[in-house]
Amino acid sequence: MTLIDLANPTKFLSLTGRILPWLAAATAILLVIGFYQAAMAPDDYQQGATVKIMFIHVPNAWLSMFVWGVMSLAALGTLVWRHPLADVAAKAAAPIGAAFTFLALVTGSLWGRPMWGTYWQWDARLTSVLILFLMYLGLIALWRAVDDPSRAARAAAILTLVGALNLPIIKFSVDWWNTLHQPASVLRMGGPTLDRAFLIPLLVMAIGFSLLFVTLHLAAMRNEILRRRVRSLQIMQASQQAA
Amino acid sequence: MTLGPYASFIVTSYALVAAVVLILIVWIAIDYRRQKERLRELEASGVVRRSGRSASDIR
Repeated sequence: MTLIDLANPTKFLSLTGRILPWLAAATAILLVIGFYQAAMAPDDYQQGATVKIMFIHVPNAWLSMFVWGVMSLAALGTLVWRHPLADVAAKAAAPIGAAFTFLALVTGSLWGRPMWGTYWQWDARLTSVLILFLMYLGLIALWRAVDDPSRAARAAAILTLVGALNLPIIKFSVDWWNTLHQPASVLRMGGPTLDRAFLIPLLVMAIGFSLLFVTLHLAAMRNEILRRRVRSLQIMQASQQAA
Repeated sequence: MTLGPYASFIVTSYALVAAVVLILIVWIAIDYRRQKERLRELEASGVVRRSGRSASDIR
């Protein structure tokens, strides 16, 4: 099966039906290993046991941006190549991305209270991630507001590409402005500054959460294709009844 | 493993992540069943795709 074949929704459904159980199993195994390693990781000399929140906060924060990146590629697929699965992919990813962003915000807040002395600060990193969360909600609302999915897709694609401008702002906010949030300690020039005792569980959790996203996204795309089939059959039924 | 004086913050974070991920999984699984059920009902009422293939058969 080539990549072009996947443009066919029926072939895509057939493929997802075969690979989803394997992806789900791989996700579960990686997350179990990751949670075990996170539980066994030593306390940080400054933060104590609260460093364990990092193992769930950071993967969710990464995914909050990664999912928008995936949606931006899908938006290009909708606007430039009119790929039949592009808007399906974008629509299916939005609620999952919103959930990851919500978790990044809340776990960050729960980490911030004992470490910074506050749940929230209107600084550049926190505010730009909150804006990302609101954009996810706006996109979901847009998809729901327009009845015809192909019409909604173009408007959503434009909004997604405009929203992608926020991604470098989030990433570099800690370098460009004075913020309460710490600077990058993994994806940075010069390599990670984290000790291996924290870095390895973090990477395992990050890969596990990324696989979780891929699994959920493929399953949600399958649902969206079926929903569109329901819609087209309902339209056919209505036209048959009218005739 | 001791979680120290901020155990409630750590436990709440992990519980919240587990709950939200579980809600996502259940929501997607229920949506899948619902769409398949609606397709079966439509096909049972005599509406078929232009290709003639079953819409609910995804193998």
